[in-house]
Amino acid sequence: MSILLFTILVWLVSVAVGFLGALTGLGGGTLIVPLLTLVFGVNIHYAMGASLISVIATSSGAAAAFLREGFTNLRLAMFLQVATTVGAIVGVLLVTHVSTTFIGVVFGVMLLYSAYVSGRLPPEDIATGPADKHSETFKLNGVYPAAQGHQPYKVQHVAGGFGVMFTAGVVSSLLGIGSGALKVLGMDRIMRIPFKVSTTTSNFMIGVTAAAGAGSYLKLGYIQPTVTMPVMLGVLLGSMLGARVLVRAETRILRIVFAVLIGITGIEMIYKAVTGGV
Amino acid sequence: MQTGAANLSNHRQEHIVGMLLRAGVIIAAIIVLAGAVLYLMQHGSERPNYREFHGVPHNLQTVSGVVKDAFALRSEAVIQLGLLLLILTPVARVALSAVSFTLQGDRMYVIITLIVLGVLLFSLFGMKQA
Repeated sequence: MSILLFTILVWLVSVAVGFLGALTGLGGGTLIVPLLTLVFGVNIHYAMGASLISVIATSSGAAAAFLREGFTNLRLAMFLQVATTVGAIVGVLLVTHVSTTFIGVVFGVMLLYSAYVSGRLPPEDIATGPADKHSETFKLNGVYPAAQGHQPYKVQHVAGGFGVMFTAGVVSSLLGIGSGALKVLGMDRIMRIPFKVSTTTSNFMIGVTAAAGAGSYLKLGYIQPTVTMPVMLGVLLGSMLGARVLVRAETRILRIVFAVLIGITGIEMIYKAVTGGV
Repeated sequence: MQTGAANLSNHRQEHIVGMLLRAGVIIAAIIVLAGAVLYLMQHGSERPNYREFHGVPHNLQTVSGVVKDAFALRSEAVIQLGLLLLILTPVARVALSAVSFTLQGDRMYVIITLIVLGVLLFSLFGMKQA
């Protein structure tokens, strides 16, 4: 296989992954590393570099579209980014000290968890309870526009959410992914933030967290320009196309198919890592 | 707690920031594409070998090295320059948020935002090479 053919094939696969990710609203980034390592025989460190860059591309590329639909809570994002970016630096320090087998296994587990999260429908907006006292201190509560006018919401379990976000940051740099599944866990399930707010806020945070990891990846030599180039261009194009044909109501079956695909990839990843194929 | 009006004005600012980000991403993509065309013309028929990890050459690992080589039109450095610009788009968004909080007179969030910005800049420029 020539470099030209390799580039075209990786580009095509990346367009498909970006398209599916945007269409299902799940972000296809988690599939880039397994595809590059298992299908194209790329070293996992280069694959992680390419993947982390593609995460930034989708986050920044989607920001304009997301801002039309949803409502970013800028204070909440910034507050939690203290945790995710510091976590990302810790992840970089870890990544140089662990084996590729370890990375492969953690990756597989993360894929299985993502499959589980993805397979479920977005949660209903939860009736908000009393606010955590920290959410008052840090001015995290807000309002978002709904059919019945401005809907106030209160952020709960601030410390727990902050901790999950730190973990999300570590995982992001350890695996080269956006770890959107963990961010959703932190914001939807623990901090009880309305779905409309958490989706757009998480999109912002994913890009900033990935940038914190990518800066260090660059110096570790993980960002291989010629591997990253088709991935970045492909995922960007795919996600822009996906955002255009997005019809939320009809993506349920697609979500399930995608979740199954991620789950199978997770099992494959663990198997290959344990048998020394990664 | 924020009032609805303050939140809406945030929303307008965010909209402008969103457009700026998209412009940044598009410029980054164009630079990467230009580097890709150069690279494929020079090396397209060679065989790819990415199985072993050696780390990319040193000049592609630092901001200054990338910029210097990109202006010498070395194809891989041109691609890397585009990627670097892409990495900077979320950093720019954080920096613009600091401006936004300053305009709102929110000192606590100016400080929180500067902490995040500091971590990002530390990662890009500060951290010693492993």
